[in-house]
Amino acid sequence: MSTATSLMTVDGLVTRFNGHGAAVTAVDGVSFDIRPGEIFGLVGESGCGKSATCRSLIRLFGGAPAEVAGGSILFDGLDLATLNDRRMEDIRGARIAMIFQDPMTALNPTMSIGEQICEGLRRHRGLGRRAAREEAVALLASVGVTSPGSRLNAYPHQFSGGMRQRVLIAIALACRPKLLIADEPTTALDVTIQDQILKLILRLRDDSGMSVLLVTHDLGVVAQTCDRVAVMYAGRIAEMGETRQIFRRPAHPYTRALLDALPAHAGRGTKLKPIGGEPPNLAAPPVGCRFHPRCAHAIDRCRQSLPDLHAVEPGHESACLRVEELGL
Amino acid sequence: MMAWLSPDTRARFRRNRSLQVGLILLVVLLAITFGGPLLLTTDPIAVDFGQALLPPSASNWFGTDDLGRDVFTRVVTAAQIDLQIAIMCVLLPFLIGTAVGLVSGYIGGKTDIVLMRLVDILWAFPFYVLVIAIVGSLGPSIANMYLAFTLVAWISFARIVRGEVLLIKRMEYVQAAKVLGYSHLRIILRHVLPNAITPAIVFMMADVVLTILAVTSLGFLGLGIQPPTPEWGVMIAEGRNFIFDGWWGSLFPGLAIVYVGVTFALLGDGLDDFLRPKA
Repeated sequence: MSTATSLMTVDGLVTRFNGHGAAVTAVDGVSFDIRPGEIFGLVGESGCGKSATCRSLIRLFGGAPAEVAGGSILFDGLDLATLNDRRMEDIRGARIAMIFQDPMTALNPTMSIGEQICEGLRRHRGLGRRAAREEAVALLASVGVTSPGSRLNAYPHQFSGGMRQRVLIAIALACRPKLLIADEPTTALDVTIQDQILKLILRLRDDSGMSVLLVTHDLGVVAQTCDRVAVMYAGRIAEMGETRQIFRRPAHPYTRALLDALPAHAGRGTKLKPIGGEPPNLAAPPVGCRFHPRCAHAIDRCRQSLPDLHAVEPGHESACLRVEELGL
Repeated sequence: MMAWLSPDTRARFRRNRSLQVGLILLVVLLAITFGGPLLLTTDPIAVDFGQALLPPSASNWFGTDDLGRDVFTRVVTAAQIDLQIAIMCVLLPFLIGTAVGLVSGYIGGKTDIVLMRLVDILWAFPFYVLVIAIVGSLGPSIANMYLAFTLVAWISFARIVRGEVLLIKRMEYVQAAKVLGYSHLRIILRHVLPNAITPAIVFMMADVVLTILAVTSLGFLGLGIQPPTPEWGVMIAEGRNFIFDGWWGSLFPGLAIVYVGVTFALLGDGLDDFLRPKA
């Protein structure tokens, strides 16, 4: 990983939720980098720390009592992990934008679509009322909203889920961010709409050269869109590499188990294999490899020390101690 | 009319009987309140013992009271002062309560704890006890009534708005606004307030009903508007003394209070349906 060519370099990120009593370490020593113009996927099952990782990057936890407790997030020469709140506000929206999982609740129901798009244009780009309106029309057109001029005065309830997600993407792109964080952007949408939105994100990336951090639990989405991907398990990265490397040669038992549970990957006539057991309680994670209680290949060594990522081939890293001997 | 409203909004208005009737009653009320006094020829205060306690007739629609004053003239004249006080006594608490609720709910933490304990303390006192204590000790005047009602009634609005804000600040669009780097003030005013205000507006309508009762009750107790200024509560109190000889002296101001109450109750109910469509 070369820092010089990265847009964002996350190193040893630790994010802690201070609940009643026990603190939960949702993100525990996560390191990755996002390169300019790439779509970087973050996959894993619910509660593995994908969203917490995203939220850490912009330091907003939706009112949850969470904090970035360690590590660094280098972006544009700044460390977002320690940046003061005032300067963080200038980064958010302007240089890092985010789109959310549920487009039905992510738009303000009392403001028209146009007002919501113009708000960011005026705040971050200092456009006047007229210029902002013109720009809003162009943005809506670019995300594939038909007759954008007449849609500016519409309210969110007059839009379908897919259209709302397009509007949210338009709002996110209003200030030409360098990084777009998309937290499960298609999970709440129909499959056909899902495909359209993913293609839209791909096209916008190609047009603008921005980077995208795409969070999803859907490996199909990863295969379709991501250049590189990190597989998260229980607050840590289990495996990271180029998408085709991960799909062709999964180098972690967890990734392999995920792929075996995927109809397209398992092949015709074979039964899908669910992963036995449950994800660990992050308030008291297992000692050693986080995955060992559910891993068929676990040996004593796996139960003793927490494994770090190591290269298995150029650009492909795994946190499994037994990659080589298992021939994964 | 209403061409600027969306078809959806118009349809919702057309279905909403409470709001329609409430608005009609309100228009009539406002017409009488502000237009009525211009048409009246009799003085609401001038005493004429020759005309005392006349029953309702063509010349004195609501009869005359024990001092020979026309009850109709006095009921109409009183509308202005009663409505003015009732509305101000709701508006001031509404503004203050909403501001406190917004701040308390949005900031949370210690600020929230301090403000809400203050609300709890005020809540522990019966409404009338506090109002009567404040007006009673400061002396009866319109300014003191504003003060008393504002000090006592803001807590309801603060609680309502705070509750809404607690819900809304977790909504994704508020999160999204933060992600877009907007200032807290902008988020509060543009994204939280418009979504949190509806229940408070609905409650405000209901509160007008309670407040007009409270204002007239104070008048009745001699703590509100002072005679001879016509005021419905005062008129009911005065009419009480000759209720068997002239029932009209108390009945008509009483009916006026009922009319205002029904008007605002319907408006509140109608607005509730109109602003918060259920599914």
